[in-house]
Amino acid sequence: MSPLPEIVRVLAFVLGAMAFVGLNAAFLVWLERKVAGHIQRRIGPKEAGPFGVLQSFADGIKLMVKQLVVPAKADPLLYRLAPALTMITAIMVFVVIPFGPSIVAVDLNIGLLLIFAIASINVLALLIGGWGSNNKYSVISATRAVSQNVAYEVPMLITVVTMVMIAGSMNLNTIVGNQGTILQWYIFPWNGSILLPVAFLIFFICAMAETNRAPFDLGEAESELVAGFHTEYGGMGFGLFFLGEYGHVFVGCALASILFLGGWQCPLGWLPGPHWLLLKTYLLVFVVMWIRWTYPRTTIYGLLNLSWKVLVPFSLAVLLVTAAMLKVF
Amino acid sequence: MSGYFKELYDGGKSLVVGLGITFKYMIQPVVTLQYPHQTVAMPPRFRGHIDLVVDEEGNNKCIVCGMCQRNCPSNCISLTGEKPEGGKKKELTGYRLDFTTCSLCGICVESCPTDALLFSKAYNLAGYSKEEFIFDLLKRSKERQK
Amino acid sequence: MNPLAADPAYETFVLNMGPQHPATHGALRIKLLLDGEYIVEAEPVLGYIHRMHEKMGENRTYLQFMPNTGRLDYLAALSYNHGYVGAVERAAGIAVPERAEYLRVITVELNRVSSHLLWLGAFVLDLGGFTPLLYVMDDREQILDLLERVTGSRLTYCYFRFGGLYNDVDEQFVPGARAFVKRMRDKLPMYHNLITKNVILRQRLEGVGYITAEMCRKYGANGPVARGSGIAYDIRKHEPYSVYPEFNFDIPVYDQGDSMARYMVRMDEIEQSLRIIEQGLDKLPDGPVMAEKVPKIIKPPKGDYFYAVEAARGFFGVRLVSDGTNTPYRLKLRSPCFSNVSLFGEAARGLLLADAVALFGSLDLVIPDIDR
Repeated sequence: MSPLPEIVRVLAFVLGAMAFVGLNAAFLVWLERKVAGHIQRRIGPKEAGPFGVLQSFADGIKLMVKQLVVPAKADPLLYRLAPALTMITAIMVFVVIPFGPSIVAVDLNIGLLLIFAIASINVLALLIGGWGSNNKYSVISATRAVSQNVAYEVPMLITVVTMVMIAGSMNLNTIVGNQGTILQWYIFPWNGSILLPVAFLIFFICAMAETNRAPFDLGEAESELVAGFHTEYGGMGFGLFFLGEYGHVFVGCALASILFLGGWQCPLGWLPGPHWLLLKTYLLVFVVMWIRWTYPRTTIYGLLNLSWKVLVPFSLAVLLVTAAMLKVF
Repeated sequence: MSGYFKELYDGGKSLVVGLGITFKYMIQPVVTLQYPHQTVAMPPRFRGHIDLVVDEEGNNKCIVCGMCQRNCPSNCISLTGEKPEGGKKKELTGYRLDFTTCSLCGICVESCPTDALLFSKAYNLAGYSKEEFIFDLLKRSKERQK
Repeated sequence: MNPLAADPAYETFVLNMGPQHPATHGALRIKLLLDGEYIVEAEPVLGYIHRMHEKMGENRTYLQFMPNTGRLDYLAALSYNHGYVGAVERAAGIAVPERAEYLRVITVELNRVSSHLLWLGAFVLDLGGFTPLLYVMDDREQILDLLERVTGSRLTYCYFRFGGLYNDVDEQFVPGARAFVKRMRDKLPMYHNLITKNVILRQRLEGVGYITAEMCRKYGANGPVARGSGIAYDIRKHEPYSVYPEFNFDIPVYDQGDSMARYMVRMDEIEQSLRIIEQGLDKLPDGPVMAEKVPKIIKPPKGDYFYAVEAARGFFGVRLVSDGTNTPYRLKLRSPCFSNVSLFGEAARGLLLADAVALFGSLDLVIPDIDR
């Protein structure tokens, strides 16, 4: 009898995660357009609903009623699989993210490893989307995206290894539990290693690069490659890519806030809960959007040089210094 | 080696300065005008399509010389006029402006010897067919008289 | 070995940056032969927006051709107006009053600032920075409002006439222009902090798209493109026309020849144009804006006349062959962007696709000017 409610609970959580990803994308589309508008000294959407909140639902309905056109020479399986794969990986990761002290679908002891294992499949989705579209622009952008993602996995994982060393466990709930009050958050240098703020910066940059957000959005560089790997997608195919991308942005920022900023813990110790995680995550998402609308795009060489020549040495330095300090103190 | 760190530091500083500028603009009020809830007042010399000048008695000043029709680079204007019985000068009976080819150059307004043409301030033109943009200026001037 | 792989053409593929593309600023087609992402050959294909302006010049009277000059390069329309009226005035021997000359220079320089500002916004947009476009639109709005109050148009001006101007400026022009100069001077450091010093942009532009002085001479490139490669030639200084000898300004010249040099040339030109506007407003004389006896129908004597101006994009020349009638026999428009785009085929070899877009943006092309 006991295994059955467990499966039911996990399935209910996954359904909730799907709904959450949809609503999250709707909210983030609105937030992005408002932030972009105000940075550019104009108001964003304002006609659909008060402050334009219904705009993203109007966009969603428009995308859903559009005809799904499959190009004649596109690979039938790969073309349809790519957007689905992006969404699937984004939703599956939600299974291990702790939203509250006991609000987590599966409390895995290797939760952190699972997240990176699943999120890395995202690059496969880009590649098969670009290849399956049978379009030269898409292929160019897909190959760029692959080399970018591979390059930025390395410093991200080295930083995560550092955090695992400090926390002593890969279980996300334990990592959050260790960061009780604001002074115990892992972003501060006195909590284990002097280079912890650097680790946060490296992780944040890698999270932006992994999810193809500007200034690292060579995959979807609008002015050079029309629309990159999603050139040939319209209607709900494009919608799924979009939802998946915002889902991954949310997951990346949620991981950053779990690992470094205390997750669902309150800064002062009272009333922990999912609202704190959401607040911190959306604050980081706001910073990601702010960065997108400020900087131009890097070149592929600038991107790869940043990863291999700057982020990897720094993350290795962080790892070594952390190991040394943990041994000594 | 020191060049490496200096480059990193300068680069990082330029990025932070850029973020500061966009943040400053983010919190300032917007500079856009919320059209169509608010509209712009057209300046006096704005070039909308031409219209006939209507004087105090309600007549136009056109003497049907045809200078505007001859000088128009795009052949937008066609006039018709006739001398009424007992009258000395020709009077205008029809003034057709094809606004779909007009380039708002102002040569017609400039070359009219009696200053019978002016630029209107109409900028909100919208229509469903090409025929709506072929204006009958005589009819428009009669409507303005009322 | 795979028989396909032995074929040398297997290594490269043809990509068409077609007439519809977000980065080509108009209807220009570039045939690219790519090896992976490196460009092996690039060939611009023109003619998608050819509107036969030179043929229209043969069938219209001199005054009827005026609106066409504003449609060639619509962002810097007043300098093209200036080139054409200068050619006809030189042919027909019409003298222009002082006030008209000064107002011509002031409005042309305002137009140059607005054209360079739009270039800046569109260029950084091509590179992926979406915001500066909106900031320059805000600044440009001030210029466009000023010129709208004077001429009635915002973009495709038809303001100059043979012997002077269409009308005089209104009383808001001089204080408005002074306020604009002050506002723009305060804004330029912000643009430099946000864009020029940004490490990502510098990485994108420095060392990208080298154009040597030799290449410029070979293709006849001019304007900011040549000044970014070390050739210090500006018609306003070297073949002065109108009242430019009365003004005190510098010509920015950079030697490096990469995209960053061309970018800096245009940014410095904005500052120099502001200086010219300021001096013009200080020295503006009173008087008529139209010459006394200008014939209604202009019939220049037979002959071959040429007049060149420094437009925002380079050397704009008008060659007028007149046969004594009221329409020209031949009206040749020497377009600066045509020579500048010819450089692209040679300068883009060996570049990555993204760098080619940066090079293209730094050439500051307006496609209707190429195709006329």
